[in-house]
Amino acid sequence: MVSRLRNSPAYLYLALALSFIYLPVVILVIFSFQDGVLPVPPFNGPSLEWYQKMFENERLIDSLINSVVVAITSSFVCTLLGFLAAYSLAYRQPRFAKGIQFALIAPLTVSYLIIGIGLLVSLNIMGISKSLFAVGIGHVVINLPLCFAIIYSQFGDHLSNIDRAARDLGASDLQTLVRVIAPMMKPSLFAAFCLATTLSWDEFIIAFLLSRFEVTLPVIIFEMLRAGLTPEVNAAGTLVFAISFTVVGAAAIVMMMGSRPKL
Amino acid sequence: MLGISFWQRVYGRLIATWDLANYIKFFSSDYLIDSLTNSLEVTVLTTVISIILAYPLAYILAFKVPKRVQGILLLLSVMPFWTAYVVRSYSWLLVISENGVLNVFLNSLGLIDQPLEMAYSQGATVLGFVHFFTMLITLTIYANLVQIKPSYWKAAADLGAGPVRIFFRITLPLSLPGVVVGAFISFVIAIGDYITPQILGGGTDILLPQAIMLQISRAANFPMASVMAVTLMAVVIIVYAISAKHMKMERV
Repeated sequence: MVSRLRNSPAYLYLALALSFIYLPVVILVIFSFQDGVLPVPPFNGPSLEWYQKMFENERLIDSLINSVVVAITSSFVCTLLGFLAAYSLAYRQPRFAKGIQFALIAPLTVSYLIIGIGLLVSLNIMGISKSLFAVGIGHVVINLPLCFAIIYSQFGDHLSNIDRAARDLGASDLQTLVRVIAPMMKPSLFAAFCLATTLSWDEFIIAFLLSRFEVTLPVIIFEMLRAGLTPEVNAAGTLVFAISFTVVGAAAIVMMMGSRPKL
Repeated sequence: MLGISFWQRVYGRLIATWDLANYIKFFSSDYLIDSLTNSLEVTVLTTVISIILAYPLAYILAFKVPKRVQGILLLLSVMPFWTAYVVRSYSWLLVISENGVLNVFLNSLGLIDQPLEMAYSQGATVLGFVHFFTMLITLTIYANLVQIKPSYWKAAADLGAGPVRIFFRITLPLSLPGVVVGAFISFVIAIGDYITPQILGGGTDILLPQAIMLQISRAANFPMASVMAVTLMAVVIIVYAISAKHMKMERV
């Protein structure tokens, strides 16, 4: 292979690219420990003042809890629906399979803003008012295509035979699904769940449009931004980042170990 | 299945709300047309710069780094893509604001004596977008590059092609679907994004999503907002039609 020396421009580019990618994250985290009122240089030394302030901010903590609740429930629903849809499309050859598949994937190409407006108008017509529940519905709508795509990509021929075998041995549909297929699909179900969770956790525009009093964390952070830069936003941001990283990291590790890397 | 058909129908209802009068109003308003052209400008610029930055990165990740660390480096390179949308834009603000890290750094080097005004401009929006989409496009290009069989290069080299020629005649064309898919997804997300332009771009030279949000939050003019949303979708569909033949979604 090529020698290490000849690769040095490549390594340099890699280092530069990674610093570009991580620069804002690092700055954000550093200045969340700022001892002062502005999250800009000079850095006055580490302090946990702003974290303390953040945890005393009731509105922020409420929104954090709201975010967690919405993220977990909406992702659970998405993963379940995505799994059922993927299963039936992969092994039960329903009519219009291609059309259904297209309908499931197509929304990936529609902007969240447009989906948000569509939901706002239609939930209004259906008499569902702006609430945390509406936000949950919104997140199910935006994350379902992704969950379906991830889970569907992992259904292979090997499972098709097992599916048939289970039914030949007398398992009912429900038994096959719950006791055979689901356990075998665990890694991709977990990955889909994790990705949906992080996306819902960060999602702003739909949460902003569909909520009124019970807002989610990104909405609160956005509101705090109007007051200008403060290290408290940094602290909240660092928390958001840390949780996202953990969940995405977990998903990636499980995906890598679980089966063929596809995403 | 029932649930899904339901959402599709819900979505259709939105389209049913527009009428031609609003449409005419939209296209005769300079202000709104400006937001559309601004959006197109920013989005196209973003996509092009992101591809230029992402291609070498994906190439290096695919071929130049040791196999052991390939997975972890790829993960590192795309990790922030999946995380914290609002916060990411905000953290760029910390970097480029008037007293931000970059200005202080350049000042201490003696390169500038007055802080550069980088934040709250279209350039800042593009920067925020480029940061985001470089990661995404790296991922899609990488996925294509690693599928190229080494035997192709061997064959080309045996037939007398130099490294440059191999790259342009074999590697680049074979990785093109990844480029197109990445570019398309970037385009869709960028043109419909409200947060990045709102936080980094500020209130001047607004983009289409910002104009839509203004219609909703200030004027509560849903029909108008819908007209603009439909326009936005139309743009996306046109771009899809152009790029569709190069795309192989299932390969990503």
